[in-house]
Amino acid sequence: MKTWQKMTIRIAALSIAAVAMAGCSTAKNNGSQGNNPGKTVKIGVNMELSGSAAGYGQQQKQGIQLAVNKINRSGGIKVGKSKKKIQLVIRDNKTSNTTAASVAAQLVNNDKVVAVVGPAATNAGTASIPNMTKAAVPSVSPSATDPDYTLQKNGDVQKYIFRACFQNNFQGSSAAKFMTNTLKAKRVAVLTDNSSDYGTGLTKAFKKTYTGTVASSQTFQEGDKDFNAILTALKHKKIDAIYAPGYYSELGLIIKQARQAGINVPIVGSDGMADAKLTKIAGKASANNVYYTTPFSTKSGDTNAIAASFLKDFKAKYHTTAPTFSALAYDSVYMVKAAIENEGSANSVKITDGLAKLKNFKGVTGTITMNQHHNPEKSMIVEQLTKGEVQRTYNVK
Amino acid sequence: MQTIGQQLINGLSLGSIYALLALGYTMVYGIIKLINFAHGDIYMLGAFWGYFVINKLHFNFLFAMLSAMLFCALVGVIIEYFAYRPLRKSPRITALITAIGVSFLLENGMTYFFTANTRNFPQAIQTVTYHLGGIQISNIQLLILGTACLLMLLLELIIKRTKMGKAMRAVSVDPEAAQLVGININHTISFTFALGSAMAGAAGVLIGLYYNSIDPLMGMTPGIKAFVAAVIGGIGSVPGASLGGFLIGLLETAVQAVGLSAYKDAVVYFVLIVILLVLPAGIFGKKTKEKV
Amino acid sequence: MKANLKYNAAWLGVMVLGFVVIDACEFLGIINSFIENMLVTIGINIILATGLNLIIGFSGQFSLGHAGFMAIGAYATGIITQTLVTPIGFYLSVVVGIGIAIIAALIVGIPTLRLRGDYLAIATMGAAEIIRILINNLKITNGAAGLFNIPPLVTWATVYVFMCITTIVTVNFIHSRSGRAVMSVREDEIAAESMGINTTRWKLAAFVFGASTAAIGGSLHAAYIQTIAPGDFNIMASIAILIIVVLGGVGSITGTFIAAIVLGTLDTVLQNFGTLRMIIYSLALILIMIFKPSGLLGTWEFSFKPLGSRQRKEQSVHE
Repeated sequence: MKTWQKMTIRIAALSIAAVAMAGCSTAKNNGSQGNNPGKTVKIGVNMELSGSAAGYGQQQKQGIQLAVNKINRSGGIKVGKSKKKIQLVIRDNKTSNTTAASVAAQLVNNDKVVAVVGPAATNAGTASIPNMTKAAVPSVSPSATDPDYTLQKNGDVQKYIFRACFQNNFQGSSAAKFMTNTLKAKRVAVLTDNSSDYGTGLTKAFKKTYTGTVASSQTFQEGDKDFNAILTALKHKKIDAIYAPGYYSELGLIIKQARQAGINVPIVGSDGMADAKLTKIAGKASANNVYYTTPFSTKSGDTNAIAASFLKDFKAKYHTTAPTFSALAYDSVYMVKAAIENEGSANSVKITDGLAKLKNFKGVTGTITMNQHHNPEKSMIVEQLTKGEVQRTYNVK
Repeated sequence: MQTIGQQLINGLSLGSIYALLALGYTMVYGIIKLINFAHGDIYMLGAFWGYFVINKLHFNFLFAMLSAMLFCALVGVIIEYFAYRPLRKSPRITALITAIGVSFLLENGMTYFFTANTRNFPQAIQTVTYHLGGIQISNIQLLILGTACLLMLLLELIIKRTKMGKAMRAVSVDPEAAQLVGININHTISFTFALGSAMAGAAGVLIGLYYNSIDPLMGMTPGIKAFVAAVIGGIGSVPGASLGGFLIGLLETAVQAVGLSAYKDAVVYFVLIVILLVLPAGIFGKKTKEKV
Repeated sequence: MKANLKYNAAWLGVMVLGFVVIDACEFLGIINSFIENMLVTIGINIILATGLNLIIGFSGQFSLGHAGFMAIGAYATGIITQTLVTPIGFYLSVVVGIGIAIIAALIVGIPTLRLRGDYLAIATMGAAEIIRILINNLKITNGAAGLFNIPPLVTWATVYVFMCITTIVTVNFIHSRSGRAVMSVREDEIAAESMGINTTRWKLAAFVFGASTAAIGGSLHAAYIQTIAPGDFNIMASIAILIIVVLGGVGSITGTFIAAIVLGTLDTVLQNFGTLRMIIYSLALILIMIFKPSGLLGTWEFSFKPLGSRQRKEQSVHE
């Protein structure tokens, strides 16, 4: 027992010494003035290029590169009187929150970027907030949807954090209204992607607004492929519709398996579904009676000239139909450009001001005005798929 | 009643996929005591191979599956030769880390060269749904069940009835003694990897066809589940792996059917722990006596 | 005893020196927040891997569930510091995290530590996944969305100090009578048992000890990164810690330090390679394992003792 006592004393003494040591670490506080551009305007990309969200990250990267190429071909961004080209610094955060923080620090400190596009996921985004704020460099996330992403704990806005997508509350409640008013659904089942804030957040918002009965609430995980068990259980629940917020890779399978199991009620989802791949995975015959809320669709080109040119360029470069993630990322770059041109400066603090004051910005995903919480206000539509084609669009108020 | 029947079908077709994957784990583990973490990724390669040959070379389904099995067998042998053979005398945990490294390499290599996008698998066989007394079953589900059972039988025959099978069993019991009686250990182990990887290749193509969606990370979760299946069944035993696979498939289906889908995986792991506590070597595992 | 005191003093000197060097670099601006991020990640990984090395390398139990205990510590800090935004709150949360991790380790360990080798690995992996799934579905943990805006109550200095303390305690544990009991279980369970060592108890002791250091690592991670989500603590996270242990050499604390530093630096440097990073990383992993199968350092341990004894030898030669 004696050795234990001795050890305890030794540890206690050490801890005291250690705490004393921690106390004398030099605190350094530098109020950053933000980064300034050099010959080029350096924009950082903090993106999920490997790991579980790599599919979405790569789509966003394509959108970003398309936007930058287009801007550079027309001479670059007008900064004050001169025009400067954009230089992209693309870094992979492995879909890891720790790495996202490290990538953010590298982009702002070592690469001296004046703005960052990304990360795609909310958690990776929140992990990089401290480093972005310390360096006074703004970031625009194309797809971080958690309502609190742009807010501090006390409810104040995060000064340097912006997003280009809808936040969950808006989208979830819009879906609820659409299902009540347009689809007249009184009993619904909810199928949630339970592996990220996206699905769970939308479900929370949906349940808050929806006034009918939620007959069944089930979840699935990212990467799941077999939904037969859940769907068989739903079949006899006498539901009018299914609300299933998630991404196209799982939703495509849900739609396919639901139709094969003989469940033909409307399936309503969110903008994570707005991708041509959804139909490919589900199959044309199954992608019937499917609805989703989205700011952008392949039909956007009919009404929006910017979207039309984006769709055309994307098809020419990548030989596939542009997905929503690419569109949002494309807009994120142009939002930074608009902020620089409005302020006449590419200093990162100035860009932040410009982004916060963004008004009536015409983008691929609609006309955007940044509200006080750094959420873009733009109109939402609901699209209906029939035989895999967008057949109708509805406006939701 | 109909619902229960339908869920049984769902569980069995999910289970047959796990079983096919579990076979590869169990064989490799049985012979060199290595948890081959890269096995799930070989299954992914099989699916991509099927995607490629059906789309580009217009193979029919049977040829696509056979060629995928051949291709995966080759990949398995190559991986064993370069990554695991140099480590046969090293601590087992080292080989495990190498296996994890190989798994990372395959996943990220595929992501790098072919992007992480989800792809839709070409529908080489038209889905036909049969209705039997209110229970639905598709021809593809039947195909998967049938192929799984056929391959398992074939495997059991190879292990029990052929000379190579005898060699495999001998090496798994005592490699040195096997060598003494003239068995070429290297060939036997390569053969085991080929066989196990071929099973994974078949599973890859079947799943591609069934779910119609493949991506470079598709092997991760099923790989771990299949390993759990192999452990439940008693790792090293072929009938055990099949049983474990079906058991997990049915269990997952049952948990989802009663509405606890959020805890689907938790229940699987819980059952795993309970089974291991009651039967420390799995259901069909051999109990090894401790020598003092 | 006196000699021991000398070596301990030497170690303390090294630790203080390391602290001063980092502090000076920070002050001079050589270390910016990017490098600091890397250093803190390495420090946290050292804490996690030292604990796991105690379980795997010294008690010989193959655990694949370290991330589960890390999650417990991280969530304890995340939840408690939401309301108690003071350093006291943080230290309290560390204590609470350790407490819960110990309870969880007992619940997991008492039944499963009867299993051997890979069966134990798979059972602990299952247990860690159950912990993660519970966190993913609880309300207090904010489900899959995780917790963010966790107050930044941890600086690199805190991590450094915690790293030193856990290492000192771990090493002292290993060199104590109890440590020898634990190692005897690794060498030969039956022989140890016949010598009157309660093997289950010592296995459990090592497991619980490892779990509590994992909880400390988790707490530091939560407070430094300020964001945690259930996905951070999946099987891959456990494997990442295991890789450090095996790469450094199972049973060598020095090796764990080296491996954590090598891998942490490699990972950060690879950030410059864009999408190639994970390919290079996995290739490096395979090659190191093939050419250094027993890890970078094997079971070799750095110590001041050989240096001291050489001095003494030289002295005797002179005499």
